[in-house]
Amino acid sequence: MISFYFGRLMEIFPFFLKGLWMTSKIGFISLVTCTLIGFILGIFRSSDSTILKRMVGVYVAFVRGTPFVVQIFIVFFILPEWGVQLEAFSAALLAMAIMGSAFICEIVAGGINSIPKGQWEAATSAGLNRIQQLRLVIIPQAMKVILPPLVGQYVLLIKDTSVVSVIGIMELTRVGWVTVVRIPEGLMVFTLVGFLYFIISYPLILLSNYLEKKMAV
Amino acid sequence: MLVDFNFRVILEYLPLFLTGLRSTFFIAIVSIALALITGIIACSCRISGIKFIKYPAIAYIEIVRSTPLLVQIYFLYFGLPTLGLKIPEIQTGILALMLNSGAYMAEIIRAGINSVDEGQIEAGISSGLNYVQRMRLIILPQALGVTIPPLLGQNIVLVKDSALLSLISVMELTRCGQTMTSERFMPTEAFLTVAFFYMCIYFCLKALADWSQRKLIFREAY
Repeated sequence: MISFYFGRLMEIFPFFLKGLWMTSKIGFISLVTCTLIGFILGIFRSSDSTILKRMVGVYVAFVRGTPFVVQIFIVFFILPEWGVQLEAFSAALLAMAIMGSAFICEIVAGGINSIPKGQWEAATSAGLNRIQQLRLVIIPQAMKVILPPLVGQYVLLIKDTSVVSVIGIMELTRVGWVTVVRIPEGLMVFTLVGFLYFIISYPLILLSNYLEKKMAV
Repeated sequence: MLVDFNFRVILEYLPLFLTGLRSTFFIAIVSIALALITGIIACSCRISGIKFIKYPAIAYIEIVRSTPLLVQIYFLYFGLPTLGLKIPEIQTGILALMLNSGAYMAEIIRAGINSVDEGQIEAGISSGLNYVQRMRLIILPQALGVTIPPLLGQNIVLVKDSALLSLISVMELTRCGQTMTSERFMPTEAFLTVAFFYMCIYFCLKALADWSQRKLIFREAY
């Protein structure tokens, strides 16, 4: 019986690859957007302006304080009520961007805050403006602190893409969920799904471990 | 927008939300306790010198850390019945949370133990303490201070992760929001209330974690 189901599973394997492609697509797009927004928010969060700091702080607290599923439901169900129509794919990307950028913002702000005040002062007295200070002096040094947890956050982001399956996006987890109805071998189907996730996220985990060792002073 | 936010419906559904909240609390507390035990066992296996128990522990930790929790939940939810184990959804959920958080806690505890300075261990060896005594008297007391704040952080993650159990129809907080949405179609009221309750839990746990960070990390600096 098991070998029969295994054969069936192999027949629909391309379906799984499609899911893997969708997962990688969502993962990659949200990785890029989250990094961009996260860096901008992180710079705001570590700035001297109290209002900016507070506003970003509220946003981060809201995102970190609620589960990702609830955030997806809020984006997918509530925004249409307020007149913003989104299809599932863009809703998923939006939810991922909101969630990921808040976490990356905290990492970036932590990295920037770890740079001693003297570096800022030196950059100011060298006649650099605010953007040059960040670009040439602060960020390159902060990268050492930012990079290891950032890669760790990427792993979490890729794993969190599994949650967007709840709004019906045909990514890897959803494919497994649909398959298990037809092939009632839960262990086999979800071992395959887990294995495919493992292939994407394990190299990133190794990279994160490597960076952590390398960047440790 | 929020102008026609209907508080009356929320009031009507408040008993449901409170049972959901209680259920979330119950799931969280049981899973945290079980995950801590799993984490301690997995960590002791992970750092032991015996290959026979070290490698299974490494495999467990790495597999859990590189697959999504949702996949692990579905794995148990759809997988256990095929093995002939028919247990209620809530127990499947607690099992999944326990195995998931256990692996992360094992890594946190291991990082704490590794953070103890090499010289301390050498000093222990030269005072003639054996392995168990070194662990009990030198390493663990120092590791504890570094371990507790991230462990509390992991508990915050676990509470938020318990929301995923709503997808295997465990009646907890998020599920209550889904129920209200399907009965009344008022997602704004439902999910913002759910979010509000999670925020309350988050702020309490966050305050606890920050307090422990201040208390424990700085004491270690002396």
